[in-house]
Amino acid sequence: MKIVVNGEIFEAQSSDLDALLAELDYEPALVATAVNENFVRGKERAKTPLREGDRVEILTPRQGG
Amino acid sequence: MDDFSAKNDLLHFYGVAVTSRLLVGTAQYPSPAILAAALRASHAEIVTVSLRREAGGGRAGESFWELIRSLGLRVLPNTAGCRTVKEAVATAQMARELFGTPWIKLEVIGEEDLLAPDVFGLVEAARILCDDGFQVFPYTTEDLVVAEKLLDAGCKVLMPWGAPIGSGRGLNNLFGLRAMRAHFPDIPLVIDAGLGAPSQAAQALELGYDAVLLNTAIARAGDPVAMARAFAAACDAGRTAFRALPMEPRDMAEPSTPVLGKAFT
Repeated sequence: MKIVVNGEIFEAQSSDLDALLAELDYEPALVATAVNENFVRGKERAKTPLREGDRVEILTPRQGG
Repeated sequence: MDDFSAKNDLLHFYGVAVTSRLLVGTAQYPSPAILAAALRASHAEIVTVSLRREAGGGRAGESFWELIRSLGLRVLPNTAGCRTVKEAVATAQMARELFGTPWIKLEVIGEEDLLAPDVFGLVEAARILCDDGFQVFPYTTEDLVVAEKLLDAGCKVLMPWGAPIGSGRGLNNLFGLRAMRAHFPDIPLVIDAGLGAPSQAAQALELGYDAVLLNTAIARAGDPVAMARAFAAACDAGRTAFRALPMEPRDMAEPSTPVLGKAFT
């Protein structure tokens, strides 16, 4: 299934957001997530299915002004 | 003189009391060590942070976040770079989960050349976020009508720009900023963006602004740690001067040395 992760096309094996984080080797507690510009809470990731073409954002703390 | 010391002069943001009048950004520093040293030298109690994509599984972000936590600073996450209400709201929600704070520096950018706030989107996003329990610090202009709408939306702080982000031009619209201060005597007002030199920060505080927020002026200085110290001193000077009630300017000279008793008269 082709999805877009952080702006890049990705052929995902995972069918939900929680599994996708593991597939991509993200530490779940260190990131915040959104699908199609809608925030997804950490505890809702396992219940959030992924569909062809979904746009996933996985963000981490960064320096800011 | 104790009456003028910073410890008796608290500034409140959403019920949180701080003494420092300087809020600083954490971006663009030459190294994490210089960032940490500059933050200490600034005496800032509040620093801005952001959320970004990262390839490394989140570990680089975590090391930055650990550094900030180790300094014992309160964080103000931003929605920098967001161009739509939807992006800004989603970014704020992600920031609240990751940083564990309801504070959000709300930026909705409407225009590339000046990175000017999209004030229509800003008001809309502020309303959504305030209704959702956020404590919003809106990056706005000195427009009083927009400011009133932000307060109606639930904002209890306003952050007008001094000049475009990263420009270092200081207070571009003194008349507008004075009017804003006079119009909102009881709302915490922070000059956010556009300051390049400590004298400009002092000027903002002399005008009665409650604080200033800046990043580039310190981070991109030749010696960020020394510049952080200079901004801290300037903010102290400006705030103390404001509280000491500066004299009114006048058009004509008036001798400061007594005329009475002068010889040869």
